[in-house]
Amino acid sequence: MLTLDRVGKTYKVGLFGGKELRAVRDVSFDLHEGEVVSLIGESGSGKSTIGKMILRLLAVNDGTITVDGVDVAGLKGAALKDYYRRVQGVFQDPFSSCNPIFKVDHLFNVLRDVYFRDLGGGAWQEKQAASLATVNLEPGQVLHKYPHQLSGGQVQRLLIARALMLDTRYLVADEIISMLDASTRIDVLNLLGDLKAKGLGILFITHDLSLGNYISERTLILRRGRVVEMGPTALVFGNPLHPYTKALLAAVPQLHDRWGTKGEVAAMWSAGAKLFEEPCPYHAVVPAGPAAAGSAAAAGIAPALVEIEPGHLVGCRRDPDSGPC
Amino acid sequence: MSLQVTDLRVYYRTLAGDVKALDGVSFEVADGEIMGLAGESGCGKSTLGNSLVRIDGRMKHVGGRVVLDGVELPISDSDAMDEFRFNSISIVPQYAMSAMNPTRKIGTMVADLVEARHRRFADLREELERRLVLVGLTSEVLDRYPIELSGGMKQRMVMVISTLLNPSLLIADEITSALDVTSQKAVAQTLVEFRDRAFVDSMIVVTHDVSILYQIADTLTVMYAGKLAEKAPTDTMMQVPLHPYTRLLISSLPEVGVRYEEERLQGIPGSPPSLLNPPAGCRFRDRCPLAFEKCVEEPPFVEVSPGHAVACWKAT
Repeated sequence: MLTLDRVGKTYKVGLFGGKELRAVRDVSFDLHEGEVVSLIGESGSGKSTIGKMILRLLAVNDGTITVDGVDVAGLKGAALKDYYRRVQGVFQDPFSSCNPIFKVDHLFNVLRDVYFRDLGGGAWQEKQAASLATVNLEPGQVLHKYPHQLSGGQVQRLLIARALMLDTRYLVADEIISMLDASTRIDVLNLLGDLKAKGLGILFITHDLSLGNYISERTLILRRGRVVEMGPTALVFGNPLHPYTKALLAAVPQLHDRWGTKGEVAAMWSAGAKLFEEPCPYHAVVPAGPAAAGSAAAAGIAPALVEIEPGHLVGCRRDPDSGPC
Repeated sequence: MSLQVTDLRVYYRTLAGDVKALDGVSFEVADGEIMGLAGESGCGKSTLGNSLVRIDGRMKHVGGRVVLDGVELPISDSDAMDEFRFNSISIVPQYAMSAMNPTRKIGTMVADLVEARHRRFADLREELERRLVLVGLTSEVLDRYPIELSGGMKQRMVMVISTLLNPSLLIADEITSALDVTSQKAVAQTLVEFRDRAFVDSMIVVTHDVSILYQIADTLTVMYAGKLAEKAPTDTMMQVPLHPYTRLLISSLPEVGVRYEEERLQGIPGSPPSLLNPPAGCRFRDRCPLAFEKCVEEPPFVEVSPGHAVACWKAT
């Protein structure tokens, strides 16, 4: 089980790093094997930062990330190498993961140098072919070619195959569908579904609610680095509790249901400010409101999220930076 | 009749030969119509939008006519097009973030722009400020540099600038793609508002996102590999799509209001043909579940019912 416990990340920004930007605050959730959890948020919500922290590409500032009980932050050398056997990532732009002057085989060769040094040529070929087969690619179709000779969907599937050649049990999939065309994106989504059935735990990071709705068992909605709502996908989409989730769902263009009569266009641009006029379900449970961010002592008393119905948690509607709720 | 395009052919020059990005495209856009143009990347939809505004050095106008409000546009002659650009045909580019001059204050830049079209900025300023208020901006932004505005603000600013001279036709190229869902909705509805207020007569909205088009477009046009596959009123297209590509495309889109559980959607196997040497006949043939012998001949783009045209032998 991959567990995030009150994870936070602060970036130094501005000239000489004089300012701080709290990109992720107080995020806790689990990812089990054989499950897809989608992490949905708009740009700047911290969703990619969370993925990068899990992959150890960024250091964690607060809280801990553990995989099967082992804290990820302390891993070094052989232990870190072993960690990457189990946890792998695939990113948005498939071509940026490839070196354009090498053929795509290079991706696999790097992996072989690090993890499969004692594997013979024939056995390696077989292993490579088997992993390509899991993502529905023919070796002859893609190997010995340069990245520009392949389509985005092919390279993306190739990268997934590469990530799964190890004993991968958790995959961080960061916007892996966004760059693909409509006719191929559904194939990659279905592939994730197949891998899930084989026991892979997938963290599906996206800004597209319809993709999250299609593929995931559980959904987390992120806003400005905080989880505002999480729970089974059917409950989050079917019975959204947080005003932000409701606003997102109302804005998603659907194919068989048009947006209602439009109001003032100017008002729509400032719709964000009006999010918080409804009663706050969080305060019905915790009247005092959430603890101030970072105060560990208060954290035990006031959790960031409260459970409203089985498995369905919601946070305070208040903005952490603005005044009281 | 606002815009008539007849058999338009625009190729890209490359070392390997001509890439036939637009290969005989004919359609009409009526007054007040918002035409949604959808298709996969590389199908020629952006080329179509761009070639109506500016054919750059890489592109070659091979044939076809474009008539806007009864006047033929000299699309292959960039200098002659100057007279029409911004006045009667205008574009909101894909990257609004980088569409404004970073070294000029926005107000100064707009003044330069309208004066280049022999209009006095002072005459237009009042109208400009009214339109800024309409999209939730204040006239204060005119004294700022583009870098001081957020992405959503820049997008709105560019939309207002592009339509300032009330063009007859506006091309909006993927303008919602880089935005968050809430801004996407606001941009889309702003486009409709501009049309309703007659800031522009008609629009071509180019995007890969069919669901945005379903929300705002009056008609939908689907392109495939440099040709038009189907054009129909939006509701007709959703209810009775005739081209197999349109059908497969629409059925492959996941939606928010649906529970999927174990149900799986199907993609379209294969990939579009190269436009360097596109195959003769129907270009969707290799991926089409309905393909038969006749598909080696090119299907004509013909009207099957009022306003509904399709290029498929099986549909006609």
